[in-house]
Amino acid sequence: MSAATSVGPVLPAVSGTRGRRRGRWNAPLVAGLVLFALIVLCALCAPLLTSYDPIQQSLKDAFLPPGSPHHLLGTDALGRDVLSRLLYGARVDLRVGVLAVISPFVIGSLIGLISGWFGGWVDAVIGRIVDMVIAFPFLVLVIALVFAMGPGTTSIYTAITLVGWVAYCRIVRGQVLVAKEQEYAMAARASGLPTWRILLRHLLPNVILQAFVFSMSDIVLTLLAIVTLGFLGLGVPPPTPDWGTMIQEGQQFILTKWYMSTIPGLAVVLTGLALALIADGIVEKANK
Amino acid sequence: MKYLVFILKRLVSLIPVLLGISFIVFFLIRLIPGDPATTLLGSHATPDAVRELRTQLGLTKPLWSQYLTFLGHLLQGNLGYSYVYDSPVGGLIQTSLPVTIWLLISGTVFTLLIAVPLAVLAAARRNGIADNIIRAVPVVGLGLPAFWLGIMLILVFGLKLGWFPVAGYGDTLPEHLRGMVLPGFTIALTLSPILIRSLRASMIDVLSSDYIVTAHAKGISTSRVVLGHALRNAAVSSVTVLGVNIAYLTGSTLVVERVFSLPGIGQQMINSILGRDFPTVQGITLIFAIMVVVVNLLTDVTHAALDPRVKLA
Repeated sequence: MSAATSVGPVLPAVSGTRGRRRGRWNAPLVAGLVLFALIVLCALCAPLLTSYDPIQQSLKDAFLPPGSPHHLLGTDALGRDVLSRLLYGARVDLRVGVLAVISPFVIGSLIGLISGWFGGWVDAVIGRIVDMVIAFPFLVLVIALVFAMGPGTTSIYTAITLVGWVAYCRIVRGQVLVAKEQEYAMAARASGLPTWRILLRHLLPNVILQAFVFSMSDIVLTLLAIVTLGFLGLGVPPPTPDWGTMIQEGQQFILTKWYMSTIPGLAVVLTGLALALIADGIVEKANK
Repeated sequence: MKYLVFILKRLVSLIPVLLGISFIVFFLIRLIPGDPATTLLGSHATPDAVRELRTQLGLTKPLWSQYLTFLGHLLQGNLGYSYVYDSPVGGLIQTSLPVTIWLLISGTVFTLLIAVPLAVLAAARRNGIADNIIRAVPVVGLGLPAFWLGIMLILVFGLKLGWFPVAGYGDTLPEHLRGMVLPGFTIALTLSPILIRSLRASMIDVLSSDYIVTAHAKGISTSRVVLGHALRNAAVSSVTVLGVNIAYLTGSTLVVERVFSLPGIGQQMINSILGRDFPTVQGITLIFAIMVVVVNLLTDVTHAALDPRVKLA
C-alpha cells in the first residue's frame, strides 16, 4: 500500500510560494474565511433575507425565470422560491457537512493515537481494518451504507463516520510513531504518568495539527459527498431543501431552463472554494 | 527476475485485503433492519418463498458458517442472484463493467493531456503569470462537484454547440468513443487539479537538482532539459499520486455515469439501490473495491518499474 490514503484526493504541500508571508494571516486564508463567513451569515439569516417558505408549493407560480418581480432567482417546477430553497439548503448542507466531519475526526484521531502508541498486535489489528475500509472508493461505500441503513441524516452521519475515520487514524498514527520517540514523550512515560494522561495531555496536542489540516479539505469532500447523495436521491429526504436535490431536479429541465441546475451548483462551487481557500491557507501556515 | 518476485509478493499481500473486503460486503446486508431474506425478495414475497430462501441462504446456520459459504461462492465467481432482474449478479456486472473501465481509461488519458503540459509550463516558468494562474486552479477545482460539472458540459458542448452526444453510449465503436469524450473530460477536470499540483511540485524539485544545472551548462536547449531530463524523473512520484486518486475517483464514475446515462456499473448500482435490489448493490460494491485494489497494484508495479530506487524486496 502506498503511504497516502485513497480516502480523499491527496493534496501535496504547496511549495514554491514566495516565502515573505510570514505573518499569522495569509491571502487564501483571509479570502476563504471572509467568503465562508458570508455564506454562513446568509444561511443563518435566511428568514430575514427571504419571506418565502422553502417547501411551500404554489403551482401557478411554477417555472418563473430568475429576475422575476417577487422571486429574485425564480421558482422551481413546484413553484417554490429558488432563493429561499438555496438559503435554507445552505443551512442543511453546511450543518450536515461540518457535523459529519467531527465524529470521524475525533474517533479516527483517538484510534490512531492508540494504534501508534501501543503498537504490536493492537496496531496490527487496527492496520488491517484500515486497509479493509480504504480498499473501497469513499463514495461507493458511503452510498452502500446509507442504502443499507435507510435514508435520513442519521444514516449519512453514521456512514461518513464509518468510512471517514480511517484517514484521520492513518495521519495521527504516523505522527505518534515519530512523537513517541521524542524526549518529552519518554520523560512523561518515565515519570510514571497514567497512559491516558500521556496520550491526551502530552501527545495529542503535538500530533493533532496534521489531522486538523486534513479535516479542512475533508469538509469540502464531505460537503460534495452530501450534495452527491442528494443528487442521487439518497440524501436528506425531500421536501427538505438540499443543493444536490435542486441540481437533480433542474437536470430534467436542462433543455429549456439551464439556470435551474446552474444556480445551486454555483452555490456548491462557491462554498467549496471558500473551504478550499481556508484549507490552503492553513496548509501554508502549517508548513511555515 | 527480482521484479517478478516483487509482483508475486505484492499479489500475496493482497489476500488479507481481499478477505477484508469480502467481510465488509458480507456484513453490509446485516445492517439492514429486519430479515435479510425478506429484504432480498422484496416486500411482495410470500412467506413460503421467504422461508425457502432462509434455508437456501443458510440464515439458520451460525454467522461464521454463512460467511464461509458466501466466500466459497465468491471464489467460484458467484456474486449472488438478483431477484429483481431474475438473473445472476455476475452476468449483470459483466455487461456493464467494460463501460466503467473505458470511462476510467478515458478519464485518465484526458487527465494526463491536461495536467502534464500545465504542470510543466508552471514549473518551467515558476512564479510567472501562467504559474500563478495554474496554481490557483486546484483550489477552485477541489470544491467542484463532478456531476454538476458534467451537467454544465452537456449544456455547453452537447446542447448549445452539439459537438457531442448529450447522453448514452451508442452502439458502434465510433459512437462509444464520441460518447466517452465529455464524461472522460468531466473526470479529468476533477482529477487533474490534484495531479497538476503534485507534478508541478516535483518538477520544481527536479529542476533545481545538480544534473539539470549540468545539462544546462552543457548547452542543451531548455525545452530538451525540461522535457527530456526533468519530466521523466518528476513523473515517477506523480505516478503514485495519480494512482491513489484514480482509486478515489473510481467512486466518481458512479455519478458521472448517472449524469451521462452511461450503462456502467455505477449507473447499475444506483438503479439497483432505487429498485432495492440488494444482491446487485452488494456485488457492485465488491467489484468497485476490487477495481481499487487492482489500480493500487498497477500503481505500485509501475512505480517500481520506473524508479530503480524502489526496493524490490
